Amino acid sequence: MPAFFVDIGVGLKSFAIIKSLSMLFLSRVISFASPQLCLYPLPVDYGRWPLIATHPLEAFMKARPRLRTSKDTAKKTGAAPAGDQMPLLNASGVIKRFGDFIANDNVSFSIYEGEIHALLGENGAGKSTFVKMVYGLMQPDAGVFEWRGKPVKITGPQHARDMGIGMVFQHFSLFQALTVAENIQLALPAGESLSSLSDRVRIMSAEYGIGVDPDARIHNLSVGQQQRVEIMRCLLQDPSLLIMDEPTSVLTPQEADQLFDVLRRFSNSGVAILFISHKLDEIRALTSRATVLRRGINVGTVNTDTRSARQLAEMMVGETVADVVRKTAPADDDILLEISNLSRPRSTQFSTPLRNISLQARRGEILAIAGIAGNGQDELMEALIGEWRDANNGIMVIEGLDITHAGPTARRNAGISFVPEERNGHAAVPAMSLADNNLLTSHSLAGAVKKGIIDNNAMRQAADDVTTAFDVRLPNENPLASALSGGNLQKFVVGREIAKSPKVLIISQPTWGVDVGAAMFIRSAMLKLAAKGSAVVMISQDLEEVFMIAHRIAVLYDGHLSAAMDVTGLTAEKVGLLMGGIAASKGAEA
Amino acid sequence: MIEQLILTVIMTSIPLIFAASGELIAERSGVLNLGVEGMMLMGAVAAFAVAMGTGSPLLGMFAGAFAGALTAGIFAFFTLGLATNQVATGLALTIFGTGLSGLVGAPLVGQAIDGLAQVHLPLLADIPFLGTLLFQHDILAYLAVIMVALCAWVLSATRVGLILRAVGDNHESAHALGYSVLSVRLLAVIFGGMMAGLGGAYLPLVLTPHWAEGMTAGRGWIALALVVFASWRPWRVLGGALVFGGITIMQLAGQARGWTIPSQFLSMLPYLATIIVLVLISRNREFALANSPACLGRIFHAGK
Repeated sequence: MPAFFVDIGVGLKSFAIIKSLSMLFLSRVISFASPQLCLYPLPVDYGRWPLIATHPLEAFMKARPRLRTSKDTAKKTGAAPAGDQMPLLNASGVIKRFGDFIANDNVSFSIYEGEIHALLGENGAGKSTFVKMVYGLMQPDAGVFEWRGKPVKITGPQHARDMGIGMVFQHFSLFQALTVAENIQLALPAGESLSSLSDRVRIMSAEYGIGVDPDARIHNLSVGQQQRVEIMRCLLQDPSLLIMDEPTSVLTPQEADQLFDVLRRFSNSGVAILFISHKLDEIRALTSRATVLRRGINVGTVNTDTRSARQLAEMMVGETVADVVRKTAPADDDILLEISNLSRPRSTQFSTPLRNISLQARRGEILAIAGIAGNGQDELMEALIGEWRDANNGIMVIEGLDITHAGPTARRNAGISFVPEERNGHAAVPAMSLADNNLLTSHSLAGAVKKGIIDNNAMRQAADDVTTAFDVRLPNENPLASALSGGNLQKFVVGREIAKSPKVLIISQPTWGVDVGAAMFIRSAMLKLAAKGSAVVMISQDLEEVFMIAHRIAVLYDGHLSAAMDVTGLTAEKVGLLMGGIAASKGAEA
Repeated sequence: MIEQLILTVIMTSIPLIFAASGELIAERSGVLNLGVEGMMLMGAVAAFAVAMGTGSPLLGMFAGAFAGALTAGIFAFFTLGLATNQVATGLALTIFGTGLSGLVGAPLVGQAIDGLAQVHLPLLADIPFLGTLLFQHDILAYLAVIMVALCAWVLSATRVGLILRAVGDNHESAHALGYSVLSVRLLAVIFGGMMAGLGGAYLPLVLTPHWAEGMTAGRGWIALALVVFASWRPWRVLGGALVFGGITIMQLAGQARGWTIPSQFLSMLPYLATIIVLVLISRNREFALANSPACLGRIFHAGK
């Protein structure tokens, strides 16, 4: 039966159609990219925000109706707690099971007033499960929570908020069709009228430059503005404990730095902050203590200043992390893929137009396209794959062959491979086996399909080769793509493309939401491919990853692509500024 | 003559107003209930049977509302309680309601009842022309307009309405904020059923004071189309119902006068208009995002 579907795919010869078919099987996975772990903390010295003297949120903080007095605790930001102090929240022996799977196994944890505490762990380590229990969204199967020394059963989010626990979610929990004021009103106790709340928001917004109109509908706001609404909503509840689930995943380094300043002030006023992340440099910069979860088990609570980022990473992974080796790029200008003056008009109100994009990918290099999500990455990737084409716009040439008008299959036949960002539903069809998924991007190449008939043995063999070569761990003999964990599926879809030894590999967010072991494996596989004489074009939001493996870096901001800059001598600060749209002209000259 | 025609149009639109504004509330909470036709038929047969048994059309009206709500309760049990597919369950509900109402109503065929009495509003009813059109109706007709106003007010101006819209826009976020998605939806679906039941009750109690199997004749489907036509705004339901009611009457009037337009063409006009509105909505993403409930038809699993 799956083979039947593949035949349809072969007949249609259009990945886009397969994609849309596959959407029938899918629940949509929200694809906010979450940047990956950095094993090598760069000497990051993020620049100060040059335009606004006071960060809007900082201003907002001053305007909070009543700041908690911090009494004698936590004079110093994120100060490590004194031994006899009572924790604000203490969890002991918390267990949460989902069927046979134990998401939290006997987790104990405590956080004190005025402390910024990191909760660290790989995807699937149980961080989210734990904070959901703290916020009352789930109930533990065993274990006790104590709030200010008294045992408490947190029955629901409303109860948590009444106790003084606020949470900012990783994926915004805003209502897109509602206005800013309505969104805030929903989170506050009933009683205040919408107009009075709007006035409060408007006054604060005008006075302190937060720049959010209470009457604006959320779907018209930028991601950064939406996060401000989310944080503002939380702060208006005047919490004692603020939980932040990967808040920086959508921010530029500068914005993140500003956010940290605000959080530090917040903690100085006595508020405890539980900060979830897997970006180690952030955690070391912001927090004093970190609790590390690994496969649902608390591996330890450590002082972050006594551990290197690498030590923290190894605590998370539980094994020694391998190095990646980047060879210097060849000096010659052997251009494999060239794109000139690619422009693309805005297709919907929420898409980014592409403006005159030119790039050259050379043999033996990894060319990284850095940038914050929503600056044209999706639109560019569609244009590179050939899902979007325009007769009169831009020229794309691979080794002298013009593929401007070629569709995805023709581009593949010309020697390009693609790995789109979204694993489920774009790179792979979740309801199909790995063998079928493998065939979907190789049916036009020599091998498993002969005169329109699928050679099942060859098809399986090809998939087995990929799983063996790329260490894809299978839950059973012949699993569906949906049965694989994120990291394993990503290894498979990357491996599937690399196994074809493409001349050019175009890959978007290669290690998005992937655990550190798999991420390192994928990165070294890309480096090996480049070393063998291919070119890799990598769209990535993860600055650490970009600096770790790329030979040249270009920055995508608001549909403009900067000139590619050699990574040698390039600082994270400069790239960060370009990602924020500042000094774009300087970047273009470089 | 023209007065009579307009009056007929208004009366034809009343069941549509009831059913569509009830469905609108359910859809704004994120539940697509395609069983409107079935709920209307259950309301109609219950209203007729009780009105005949007790001799009181007013009691019949309440029975219609109750039967509609009860039928919606079956739908809610499956789609909310057991998380079944809303489209399939809704279609099944229509088939179920059509069959059961036919079975229950079989002995009632050919019987006649007294319909709901007209309530002439003092003074207003005496205004020439307008008085006849607007102020010489039965209690259900007045109630229909009141319910539309109520729905519009609750949706836009009350916290209950805000929570309802929030649940329909993003049920995961609403859950995360501590609102009970399933309770909100249960109430919305029951309300929708009650309104559909009232719309159904209007048929035997006012329009044609007897019972016939399948007497709603597709009004439930038109009501569903009307919700989309009105782009999920209550007052537009009122206007849309008059337009759709007018088209229905044009069929009859046209036939009587020997118009050359085939009546089949006229009967497909409401759906054609709905498709045009759908196209217009989807062309304007801003409008679609602001109006159509983003979670419409999606199943919510708590604790995921």
